[in-house]
Amino acid sequence: MKWGVVTFPGSNDDRDSVYCLERVLGQEAISLWHKDRDLHGVEAIVLPGGFSYGDYLRCGAVARFSPVMSSVMAFARAGGPVLGMCNGFQILCESGLLPGALVRNRSLSFICEWVAVRVETTRTRFTARCAAGECLSLPIKHGEGCYVADEATLKALQDNEQIVFRYVNQAGEALESANPNGAVQNIAGVTNTSGNVVGLMPHPEHAVEALLGGEDGRKLFRSAFG
Amino acid sequence: MLAKVYVTPKKAILDPQGTAIAHSLHALDYTEVSEVRMGKYLEVRLTGLSRPHAERRVEEMCQRLLANLIIEDFRFEIVEE
Repeated sequence: MKWGVVTFPGSNDDRDSVYCLERVLGQEAISLWHKDRDLHGVEAIVLPGGFSYGDYLRCGAVARFSPVMSSVMAFARAGGPVLGMCNGFQILCESGLLPGALVRNRSLSFICEWVAVRVETTRTRFTARCAAGECLSLPIKHGEGCYVADEATLKALQDNEQIVFRYVNQAGEALESANPNGAVQNIAGVTNTSGNVVGLMPHPEHAVEALLGGEDGRKLFRSAFG
Repeated sequence: MLAKVYVTPKKAILDPQGTAIAHSLHALDYTEVSEVRMGKYLEVRLTGLSRPHAERRVEEMCQRLLANLIIEDFRFEIVEE
């Protein structure tokens, strides 16, 4: 499968994402430059983590209007698989491809640690090869990862099975004590109604080798290429 | 012409920065402070627009980019320089 990994000015997980796809998972992966509207025939797109455009104004707010994003939005609306991790998730929310928004961590601290997340639905392009209720160990590293949405949006997310990941404790329970950033209902990741666009704050691309802490992240990418 | 744009977190959104600032003011004995909400202030300089046109354009700028209406409210005033 041919993947495109977008590089915005300030992206810093783009090379790790290409490494993960090419070297670990044996996929074809190319870099897509933020000024490039041409997606070069890719079959799946990754919006990586980092601090696109310096996080100026709001995280993802400026990236959302970059030339490549108009093509990414058309690709997503046509059903193409798009995975946004961390800053990529923020960009997907800012662009309206995913509901809700991400705000400053309740603690006001930048958090860098491994967390457990529970797979809430397998009806997405990036969780199809997970088991429902399965817990994955993934790292987070963010200052603005507190997911928020209004009541009506939360109800729609619940009703349409759009909540993809929740932060949980080691027993797999989504308790407040297992919530690293104050996200509403412990939400760590969501999808659109058709399940082809997924955004999450944790970093599956940093969890693909046992040497670096774990391999659970592979399942998200493998889900896309079946 | 200058648009003064104020972007503030919606009431329903937790504002941990505002809360931390309020705590700090309390520590300085400003006990009358009951709440602080922290937002952004932007100055957008405009040229070549009539006032009604400028108001429409700034409204649109706020809706599309300057504020995220899921989490923020905005208001603005346009002043002659």
